[in-house]
Amino acid sequence: MSILVNKDTRLLVQGITGKAGSFHSNQCLEYGTNIVAGVTPGRGGERFEEKVPVFDTVGEAVKQTGANASVIFVPPAFAADSILEAIDAGLDLVVCITEGIPVKDMSEVKVKLDQSKTRLIGPNCPGIITPGECKIGIMPGYIHKPGKVGVISRSGTLTYEAVWQLTSLGYGQSTCIGIGGDPVSGTSHIDAVKLFNEDPDTEALILIGEIGGAAEEEAAGYIRKHVRKPVAAFIAGATAPPGRRMGHAGAIVSGGSGTAEAKIQAMKEAGVEVAETPSHMAEALLRVYKG
Amino acid sequence: MNIHEYQAKELFAKYGVPAPAGAYASDEAEFASALQRLPEGLIVVKSQIHAGGRGKGSFTDGFKGGVKLTESREEAADYARKMLGNTLVTHQTGPEGRKVRTVYFSEGSDIEKEYYLAIVMDRATSRPVVIASTEGGVEIEKVAEETPEKITRAVIDPTLGLRPYQARNIAFGLGFRGEQVKRTIKLLDGLYRLFWEKDASLVEVNPLITTPDGDVLALDAKVGFDDNALFRLPDIAAFRDLNEEDPKEVEASKANLNYIALDGNIACMVNGAGLAMATMDIIKHYGGSPANFLDVGGGANAEQVTQAFKIILQDENVKGILVNIFGGIMKCDVIATGILEAAKAVHLDRPLVVRLEGTNVEDGKKLLDESDLKIVSADTLADAAKKIVNLVSGR
Repeated sequence: MSILVNKDTRLLVQGITGKAGSFHSNQCLEYGTNIVAGVTPGRGGERFEEKVPVFDTVGEAVKQTGANASVIFVPPAFAADSILEAIDAGLDLVVCITEGIPVKDMSEVKVKLDQSKTRLIGPNCPGIITPGECKIGIMPGYIHKPGKVGVISRSGTLTYEAVWQLTSLGYGQSTCIGIGGDPVSGTSHIDAVKLFNEDPDTEALILIGEIGGAAEEEAAGYIRKHVRKPVAAFIAGATAPPGRRMGHAGAIVSGGSGTAEAKIQAMKEAGVEVAETPSHMAEALLRVYKG
Repeated sequence: MNIHEYQAKELFAKYGVPAPAGAYASDEAEFASALQRLPEGLIVVKSQIHAGGRGKGSFTDGFKGGVKLTESREEAADYARKMLGNTLVTHQTGPEGRKVRTVYFSEGSDIEKEYYLAIVMDRATSRPVVIASTEGGVEIEKVAEETPEKITRAVIDPTLGLRPYQARNIAFGLGFRGEQVKRTIKLLDGLYRLFWEKDASLVEVNPLITTPDGDVLALDAKVGFDDNALFRLPDIAAFRDLNEEDPKEVEASKANLNYIALDGNIACMVNGAGLAMATMDIIKHYGGSPANFLDVGGGANAEQVTQAFKIILQDENVKGILVNIFGGIMKCDVIATGILEAAKAVHLDRPLVVRLEGTNVEDGKKLLDESDLKIVSADTLADAAKKIVNLVSGR
């Protein structure tokens, strides 16, 4: 089994005719993802790759094809609107790949999202993959292998690094989820940890965090209380210069946390095996998980 | 993106946020006319740079204080002359300091008490949060740690905006009464509209002051904006001052590269922000020191890689380079070709370690090994970091 996506996922692609949208739709189709519809306003009635029907609106696409998940490849100025359209159409899962959406737009989307049944992954994320079943996003499919380790990360290539280490050592993944690097996002570390914890076929977890915010500390708190599965973590950014992203008041609202040190400390206190370098993420997991 | 205090004060004026009268000058010839726009009495002369601690800073020629107080216009112009074109060093600028290119003259105010007020986009709630404290003129982090009871907060629903009761809570939380409450509500309303309409990430007033006459005024102003929103805010984008940014970072942003200069001697070039940070970490782990953060993005091409090498090599401290690319969609042999072309184009003269992983990795490594350039290829991230650290330290 897996979390959120599997072979029954019926995917719709918002922005399927754009450059990134069409390229990655092809990659997903090749991997075996069941793409049932595309949406590009004004291009309704066409077919993508002579196969996937294109619609003008998400509502129409859902009605006609029974799509239950969407992936968004829409430019940043219009992406928040696309997320709102997907929420309104009642989709269970929306994955937003778009990088560079204004925080203010996401702040408004988040209010609407909290009142809906939709789960949003991203924005500014690589997407989600259940190896061998369904790939939604821009990650290279072939580095993955079906198995029992769940992987959670904000970043794209750092996730690939962890996945590749696992696969090279012969360990497959249940699902890999890239939650995105933006300050406001749909799914946090703690949400993803909960989902994996409840999935009977995920036996162990790799959690990759970054400096900033307090999401890793919150996830650590949850792990300490509720997770009995082996967990390994790596926190990136111990050497990053402070204060480059946000001014003074940024630190206070998260209670002075956000440094790599604080996050590593919180993980250790939760019994998480912390990898000393990004080159040893899978090795760290195998110290506590025998497979 | 950050802006200068005089620019922030312009925005304050536009949004009805009360502040002392002020005028700026970027040329000595403008001093007199700028000073004429101020009322009689105390004048504050303020150096305009994007860094805090100006008042306690010193200029590189020995002149002390980036903020000066005087009652005479002649003396104000004198101070301004000493500041303009001079380089100011504060605890936030680093030892090299920043050149002052604009001076701001502000009406002096009688201060009864100083407060702190800010609006920031809060990650934990994904909402704007107003933060106010009865301790002004000091760092808010310190107040939060030592006397958190002095801080009042209001979390704002972005679809509803700042509600009157929230503004009242802040005003009463600061201990205001009567007319001061009304004035604070009005000030907060302007501050929030500015924050929201202009996609600010931070609006900070430190200090906010009360005067013996009962006025509530924004004495200082610090405003930062969400870079992702600048495409729809041409008036704000026009405030950008490239002189305040590292020239290498400016050049990088033009080439769509995400570059931040650091003070080490091992340059790195990586695809993806998370992996780029992790690469810096592992260099440090093996005893080296990263010279920069550089994310070439997911779909970097040969041209961008060349540009990236050029920027990296402008840094004289760089003694070696580590390239770490996880080729996912992009194939490793294509990346290797790009690296070789770029290395030739920039006449690479320093040790280069390349770690490639992903699609067609064997072809990529073969290309690098067969070239006549001195490129060391590495298998894992750890292997790559050890190799470049050893090369740079001469081991």
